[in-house]
Amino acid sequence: MTLKARYARDAAIQVGVVLMTLIVVIPLLIIIVYVVANGITALNLDFFTQELGSPARAIQGRPAGLRASIIGTIVIDLIALAMALPFGIATGIMMSEYPEHPFAPVTRLMVSTLNGMPAVLMGLLAYALVVKNTGGFSALAGSVALAFVMIPIISRTTESVLRVTPWSLREAGLSLGLPRWRVTVSLVLPAARAGIVTGALIAFARAAGEAAPLLLTSFGNNYFSMDLTQPMDTLPQRLYSLAISPYRQWHSMGWGGAIILLLFVMLTFYAGRIAVKKMEERALGVNEERRTARRKTRKDRREANQ
Amino acid sequence: MADVAGTISASTLPARYRGPADTAFKVVVVSLSSFIILLAVAMAVMIWLEARPTFRAFGYLDFLTETTWDPVNAIHGALPFIFGTLLTSFLALALAIVPALGVAIFVTEFAPKWLANIINYTVDLLAAIPSVVIGLWAVFNFAPFMRDTFYMPIYLWAEESAPWLVPLLGAPSTYNLATATLILALMIVPYTVALSRDAIGQVPIEQREAAYALGSTRWEVIRDAVLPYARTGVIAGILLSLARALGETMAVAMLIGNRNRMPFTLFGPAATMPSLIINEFREAVEVLHYSSIMAVGFYLFVVTIGINLLASYIQRKLSITKGGV
Repeated sequence: MTLKARYARDAAIQVGVVLMTLIVVIPLLIIIVYVVANGITALNLDFFTQELGSPARAIQGRPAGLRASIIGTIVIDLIALAMALPFGIATGIMMSEYPEHPFAPVTRLMVSTLNGMPAVLMGLLAYALVVKNTGGFSALAGSVALAFVMIPIISRTTESVLRVTPWSLREAGLSLGLPRWRVTVSLVLPAARAGIVTGALIAFARAAGEAAPLLLTSFGNNYFSMDLTQPMDTLPQRLYSLAISPYRQWHSMGWGGAIILLLFVMLTFYAGRIAVKKMEERALGVNEERRTARRKTRKDRREANQ
Repeated sequence: MADVAGTISASTLPARYRGPADTAFKVVVVSLSSFIILLAVAMAVMIWLEARPTFRAFGYLDFLTETTWDPVNAIHGALPFIFGTLLTSFLALALAIVPALGVAIFVTEFAPKWLANIINYTVDLLAAIPSVVIGLWAVFNFAPFMRDTFYMPIYLWAEESAPWLVPLLGAPSTYNLATATLILALMIVPYTVALSRDAIGQVPIEQREAAYALGSTRWEVIRDAVLPYARTGVIAGILLSLARALGETMAVAMLIGNRNRMPFTLFGPAATMPSLIINEFREAVEVLHYSSIMAVGFYLFVVTIGINLLASYIQRKLSITKGGV
């Protein structure tokens, strides 16, 4: 092969990978544009203040909205997060701080396996554990199912942030004679605080978009309810019901719900991402370098002025 | 940390670290974290318990190979759903691999840093979109568009000039196997990109420099030095993406059309294991119907856990620390 041909092949490959990138990126833009364009027109005051009610309500043009789904999503997700946090964080601590414990390898394997488990199976488990034993679909069962989804995610992120916490921090504490638990609680955890919050946010965002486990546990409810022992509506599960319903008015409400859910998930996800980035930079000392550089420029300038 | 903590076993810990407070803290942490092991075990056991009536009625193997799913006559077989899941997942993976690798190579090897950052963010954004939102968009826009623009003309053309294709294609319906597969491919691309990007990113710069020094062009560096080095990570990433595809539920359930009878055709409705669970679980009143859905869930569990374990095995073999700390 001549050099010229090799360079030509290089150029062809470059064009190829750019094309593939476009193939992947363009559908995303299409989806966002469609959801935003169709969703905006469906949003009005009723959307946020009314409950859905029966199909007739929307068909006859009486006010209907997704207030119940929006509030229900927040309630169920927050309860799920409260349930998942202690287990997730403890698992992260265990994997990072007690690697000599005989359970550690098994735990790590289970975390990575459960991370890849379809959420619908978490729904089946929560159904068998909670719904069957309490006698019916309930918001609490939904929270349990979402907590199952969150725990492996929180465990993994907690473990990875604890791992990047400098070993010298622990050595400093231990050399002062602190017991191990005190090093973990007073030195390692505070240093990794931002990262743990991030992990919780990412888990929250992931779970907030899950419809499958909720369809099998909190079931859905056309009317507003704050009773945790009764079925409660959530946005993802409601979107599914609206999309497969035969009513045009409900379809347009579905677009409205989609834009709200998308915003909710994206904002949480990005809050998490930005915090991760900040943390990584700090771990790599990027900010430190920047600060030193800035200090140096300032000093140089001062010297130049004198 | 690996070297220090890894070599200390519990029994050789100095007395200082075996005080009552340390022990208490450890007990709390270990018992809370044992929950995750319990969770995995409970998942297998509970779903199996719920599925037992089905396994007792049909047997493990016969349930697996039975092609009829008829709740009215109490005949249940999982084959259509297993076949549908495997078919859509492998087709979607086949569609996703090349573009995903293309993106991963582009952002790691070709793109300037600012552009790579934008693309990475965009791809991660795609992964963050809830499945049900993608499903909603596809139900109202993508599926009708694909039927009218591609499936109908292709089918009409096949009827005229390639009749042997017709049984394979089937009469185009709005919700069908092809649309579900395309959306599934779109949904797993971000995972494949992220995982192969990480694998390629771990290739040491010296590896590239050595290949350049031998006079390789950019593509030759990628082909001969980068990709072989990243191979194991990429394969593990592809396996994890496959596990994602197998379990992807909402978008597929909304798009595949839910037909419980084989044979499936490309443009006709079909079903997968997760789509069956979503569509029939809430209506299952008969014990056998309910337990059969649980049995399908059990097989889904077995398949995904198998692929996940295989992927972590490959990843562990790849990693320098052998999966240790």
